[in-house]
Amino acid sequence: MSAREDILSNVRRSLGVSGIDAPRRASVEARLAAHARGIAPQRGQGDAAARLKMFVEQAQAVATSIAHAADVNEAPAQIAEFLRAHNLPAHLRMGDDARLRNLAWGAASLEISYGPSAGDDLNSVSFAEAGVAETGTLALVSGAHNPTTLNFLPDNHIVILRASDIEADYEAVWARLRERYGAGIMPRTVNLVTGPSRSADIEQKLLLGAHGPRRLHVVIVGD
Amino acid sequence: MTAYPTSPQFRENARAALADGQLQKALGNVRTNFIAKRAAVADRLPEFEALRDQARDLRDHVLAHLDVYLEAYERKVIESGGHVHWARTAEEASRIIVDLAKSRGARSVAKGKSMVSEEIGLNAALERAGIKAVETDLGEYIIQLRGEAPSHIIAPAVHLNQEDVEAEFRRVHTWLPKDRDLSEPESLLAEARAELRAKFLAADIGVTGANFLVAETGTSIIVTNEGNGDLSQILPRVHVVVASIEKIVPTLEDAAGLLRVLARSATGQEMSVYTTLSTGPRRADDLDGPQEYHVVLVDNGRSNMLGSEFEEMLRCIRCGACMNHCPVYHAVGGHAYGWVYPGPMGAVLTPSLIGVDKAGHLPNASTFCGRCESVCPVRIPLPKLMRHWREREFERHLSPAVSRAGLGLWAFFARRPALYRFVTGLTIRALAWAARGKGRFKSLPLASGWTAQRDLPAPQGQTFQAQWKAQQAKQRKRS
Ligand code: SF4
Repeated sequence: MSAREDILSNVRRSLGVSGIDAPRRASVEARLAAHARGIAPQRGQGDAAARLKMFVEQAQAVATSIAHAADVNEAPAQIAEFLRAHNLPAHLRMGDDARLRNLAWGAASLEISYGPSAGDDLNSVSFAEAGVAETGTLALVSGAHNPTTLNFLPDNHIVILRASDIEADYEAVWARLRERYGAGIMPRTVNLVTGPSRSADIEQKLLLGAHGPRRLHVVIVGD
Repeated sequence: MTAYPTSPQFRENARAALADGQLQKALGNVRTNFIAKRAAVADRLPEFEALRDQARDLRDHVLAHLDVYLEAYERKVIESGGHVHWARTAEEASRIIVDLAKSRGARSVAKGKSMVSEEIGLNAALERAGIKAVETDLGEYIIQLRGEAPSHIIAPAVHLNQEDVEAEFRRVHTWLPKDRDLSEPESLLAEARAELRAKFLAADIGVTGANFLVAETGTSIIVTNEGNGDLSQILPRVHVVVASIEKIVPTLEDAAGLLRVLARSATGQEMSVYTTLSTGPRRADDLDGPQEYHVVLVDNGRSNMLGSEFEEMLRCIRCGACMNHCPVYHAVGGHAYGWVYPGPMGAVLTPSLIGVDKAGHLPNASTFCGRCESVCPVRIPLPKLMRHWREREFERHLSPAVSRAGLGLWAFFARRPALYRFVTGLTIRALAWAARGKGRFKSLPLASGWTAQRDLPAPQGQTFQAQWKAQQAKQRKRS
């Protein structure tokens, strides 16, 4: 017997079931199809203003820095300001994202290059799919518009997030993914990011910038 | 790491650990940090206890339908362009990965942190095939340099102090300037980051574990704080996920529910920094990410635990809370347990996976204080499961005479919960007293065969001997 058959039949033997047990199969199919929501924390569930407030509070608590822009066209100036404040070069790496491409980067004296990171970029910019109020988490999805290396290799990761994309909970992010990609289908990588990279492996002391970005900066657009 | 267990020498290991001053200093960090952080974050979430109930029920549902979920999960992985491999044993699992690496001409493998890869002895197997395995989690990297096994399932180097790390980096990173300043933890982290960057970029294959496998979508989920698990899977050409069969969850919603208790129980964080959902290889419009995606599903004894009195152990989501709160773990650290999984969860799981003959002492490594069960996010009755092992060990006459007497006494208490609670309360106070002032135990009962339990005052009414005889007689009548 193949390893697969062996394992499955041993599981069935231990559970005392047969492989053709229709009610069990039906109950699994039903659960998968329903993908019912479980308990989600109340604290994320307010209206848009409350979600924004909760997102900011939670994000800042895990050392994400936050800036606000009234309009997405103000984002380049906000980002330039962040780079200046940290003495960082005025160069950004980003994916080919329609939401980013047409912003007036040059007017803010920022130099742009496109594509994944090979590890030699200091700063990257992504446009978030969504934010999650409950824990101040960003959802980023892989694709030409945001190669996943941009989320991890640069020292400073800057993310633009529309206030209207701040959802209550992770389940709302799953709903968006299902809508975009189809039920049961996922993009290659979905990153839920909650703060800059860190490690506490040396004497439990919390240090930022382990393997991923040392800084995570979010520009929230709109209110 | 060695897959060869030293669990049979638990008592010797424990005695050595108690005498190790450096270790005792490092263990102080477990006691103070993990417990306070978990308590604070649990207090902040009114839904926490309800989420634990939900997590327990979900895990039980999955276990009861595991065969069907495994098939559904496999179907989705294949649909999304990935490959699924099944491994009955540790050896089979390692062989699958070694063969994959060899057939792709791989010379180096970057590894995200994975306990099951420790369980199957993957690094040694790769090494034997001439392939370099590089651990990339900071803690795992440090202990790999030292040739040690992890001493904790989420904080593998928790037994070390900063000076130990500095000494190791100076010993190994000989190409760096001798006079560099490594006096701050920040400089140690920066050095490891720079060294490992090059290794990620050079690796041909990335191996990660999985916290969850989602049947609905064929997705594997990993949770990390450093981002090493992500670099391990997006930079190399091939991503191999190695996970045990019980890691399945039905839907993304179910995963969300477990994520809400995982980080809080593990590190006291609301959410870990990186929760990454990976499905198949890179897509047509992806500019990075792996070209191949493989999942190795490892049984290695788990299918036998289903339907047995140890089935509840398979609910475990490897958060480490049980060891963080365990007075025995605090006293002796993880290495004393002698195999991959330490603490209360290890005391139950290890005998299930490597046999009670090799791990029979571990279920004795308990004061039965119940703190592990009280913090376990999936409410595994760990003390009860340890008791099952003790009873089995007793039946098999594997225990030395002294433990057998101890077990007899234990069985006596087990039938008198109030008395048991009173006495274990005493035991805890006695342990605290033994540790007074120094934050560590001068002498611990377990190191000399759990004398504390046998030295306790005889129960009211009859003497212990009389009770014991009556108990034996009753048992004989029943069997
Ligand atoms: S037994 Fe419970 S507390 Fe221990 S690691 Fe597993 S889930 Fe966490």
